[in-house]
Amino acid sequence: MGKHAYIGCVQDLSRHRRVRDQRCVSAGVNSSPAQGAMASAFARTQNGRVASSRAAQPCRAPLRVRAVATTAKKDSSSAAASKAKLTPEVAKDLYYDMLLGREFEEMCAQMYYRGKMFGFVHLYSGQEAVSSGIIRALRPDDYVCSTYRDHVHALSKGVPAREVMAELFGKKTGCCRGQGGSMHMFSAKHGVLGGYAFIGEGIPIGVGAAFKSAYKRRVLGDESSDSVTCSFFGDGTCNVGQFYESLNMAALYKLPHIFVVENNLWAIGMSHMRSTSHTLGDADFPYIYKKGPAFGMPGVRVDGMDVMKVREVALEAIERARRGDGPTLIEAETYRFRGHSLADPDELRSKEEKAAYAARDPIPQLKRVMLEQGLATEDDIKAIHDRVAAEVEDSVKFADESPKPEKGQLLENVFADPRGFGIAADGRYRYELPGFTSGTAAVS
Amino acid sequence: MALQTSIARCNARVGRAPAARVAVKPQYVRGAAQVVAAKKKEIMMWEALREATDEEMERDPTVCVMGEDVGHYGGSYKVTYDLYKKYGDMRVLDTPICENGFMGMGIGAAMTGLRPIVEGMNMGFLLLAFNQISNNCGMLHYTSGGQFKVPVVIRGPGGVGRQLGAEHSQRLESYFQSIPGVQLVAVSTVANAKALLKSAIRSDNPIIFFEHVLLYNIKGETHDGDYCQSLERAEMVREGTDVSIFTYSRMRYVVMQAVAELEKKGYNPEVIDLISLKPFDMETISKSIKKTRKALIVEECMKTGGIGASLSAVINESLFDELDHQVMRLSSQDVPTAYAYELEAATIVQPNQVVEAVEKMCSKVAAAV
Repeated sequence: MGKHAYIGCVQDLSRHRRVRDQRCVSAGVNSSPAQGAMASAFARTQNGRVASSRAAQPCRAPLRVRAVATTAKKDSSSAAASKAKLTPEVAKDLYYDMLLGREFEEMCAQMYYRGKMFGFVHLYSGQEAVSSGIIRALRPDDYVCSTYRDHVHALSKGVPAREVMAELFGKKTGCCRGQGGSMHMFSAKHGVLGGYAFIGEGIPIGVGAAFKSAYKRRVLGDESSDSVTCSFFGDGTCNVGQFYESLNMAALYKLPHIFVVENNLWAIGMSHMRSTSHTLGDADFPYIYKKGPAFGMPGVRVDGMDVMKVREVALEAIERARRGDGPTLIEAETYRFRGHSLADPDELRSKEEKAAYAARDPIPQLKRVMLEQGLATEDDIKAIHDRVAAEVEDSVKFADESPKPEKGQLLENVFADPRGFGIAADGRYRYELPGFTSGTAAVS
Repeated sequence: MALQTSIARCNARVGRAPAARVAVKPQYVRGAAQVVAAKKKEIMMWEALREATDEEMERDPTVCVMGEDVGHYGGSYKVTYDLYKKYGDMRVLDTPICENGFMGMGIGAAMTGLRPIVEGMNMGFLLLAFNQISNNCGMLHYTSGGQFKVPVVIRGPGGVGRQLGAEHSQRLESYFQSIPGVQLVAVSTVANAKALLKSAIRSDNPIIFFEHVLLYNIKGETHDGDYCQSLERAEMVREGTDVSIFTYSRMRYVVMQAVAELEKKGYNPEVIDLISLKPFDMETISKSIKKTRKALIVEECMKTGGIGASLSAVINESLFDELDHQVMRLSSQDVPTAYAYELEAATIVQPNQVVEAVEKMCSKVAAAV
């Protein structure tokens, strides 16, 4: 039971498989049997691919990496210990969240190839333990800032799957009214600060939200202000100047900000080994967590395929931030099962590497632990699968049925204050001209 | 000396501003009883900007300042002089040298509820912050579907100074002008500097606020009380009939110097200070052109892709039939600003060029008539 990989559509070589495959086929797809056949063919191909790779490689024991570069004392109080302990509620929530992320992303792949979403779509499959492990430990008033690989961060933070899918379909019911798209997921309600196409440009934004949190406390005197911001980004981003500028400022001003590097070893086709220099004295690997202490904050490297380990580290970093002790740099060793984007042929990564990480898939790992420790029964898990499948199905149906944006949306959100479009020749502000609300006014 | 006169002329002729109320007090001079009108205190532009910042920070606790040397050093042009003593190190934040980083931090803070004023020590340094200004400042309200606003003011000194070399003599208004979602404002007098900065701080839009290196020490009066000037309206500097001269920032004074000459020669130019470089105040602009039927743009940015290029295009498109002469532009040469005084002077527009341009435009039209 412990060797199942979740690549492609949900596949579980248990008795539930046939039911689930059918669900896969029918999920969110309206009409034709031809489409249904395509989907199940897709599922079968994925099945086949997984089976062959599993047969070829012996299963490797999960690498339990927990390196800590820090002089900060580990919080060994009983409160911290009990928080880190997995209760059934927490375990099931983590499982649900990771599964939702996986099913959602795999559905995105289907929808993309079916012509329902366009442009650049970057899927998160494989990295779920990082998103769930960290974001599910946050509060609603905490913030998350991401890059273009942001769908699952938004979902983990609580943005409804419907809103994310509708945004991906470019519908006006999307979280950004269809104006952002895959790479720009924002939610003011759930504290998702974006969604950025240029890597590195989101990190200072996250630091800014942390600045506000500290400002509220230190300047405005609100003792209860202790909201934390987590910025997520990849190994490639760690060579961008803004990363270092942000590390410096966050440490300097002791801001409640957590830097999370999702090191999946690849920046499109650029291997981490080829782009990043080693710390002096290291021979084997360019560790990113070691850059933390250089800027005055603890750096932690964690097994990003193990949601429990990620959660443990996250809780410590969050507590540290809330206490006012400043930022933390977390390097999560993880892997994306798919290419950089749906347009990436993904020819440079070796089969062996992919198989090794497939064997460490975080979702079956957690399932195994839950069953072994009695945190959930088979029925509980099936119920979660059903719930997730229904939710993803519903999100596609909602997105499909939602209306497209009207032209009237064209000019509405350019300025928060529409006087920014200026004054027309007849003395009226341009936003007062007829045609402004239908998107046809001349605004320059 | 000529510059001082033209400045005084400018200040006296700001038509849109309400007249400063002058207090009349009895003043006793030794040996005689005299009633003298007590003048309102004249301050320098940097003091006016400082007053605006101080007043707005006092009024709204979410207003803060970020930038290099804005705190303990007092600001490289003294705009935030000693404000850190009153408001503390976090509200007047001395940043490290990382423009893109602290611009982004300011934007993130703005998105989540603060109202930062981010200073570029020299506007040219903000080239390093172009990523944040373009992508996040300008576009984020739109890409988030209106969920987050970015009420930042990005301010600093730009323009050609005195032999500061190419990199410290840049005019970034033309580089920023295409960014959707930002407003560009250029101040020129003590009065409009204070009033516009107050408005900019209160605006929910991101405002890029251009000051000029050579104008910080000019003297003038500010408006009374809590006066805020509209960010979208141009200023009538001098009403006239012969030609509409559109200008902004320091070039306003160059134009008024030329106007002194032109008046002697019998010309009657209308001078309009654009104030809002983006969006253009088409009401004031079109009213003026309909009256004079001639347009001359005098600017300090480079000719290629400058503010004047945009304005000229807009005038040609929307006011073609009102024109008796093609729109003329006097802009800086498309060259890096040299260090040597003579070359620097040859790079930017000088008053005699303005005089020649007006003479040419008016005589050509007169000859045609």
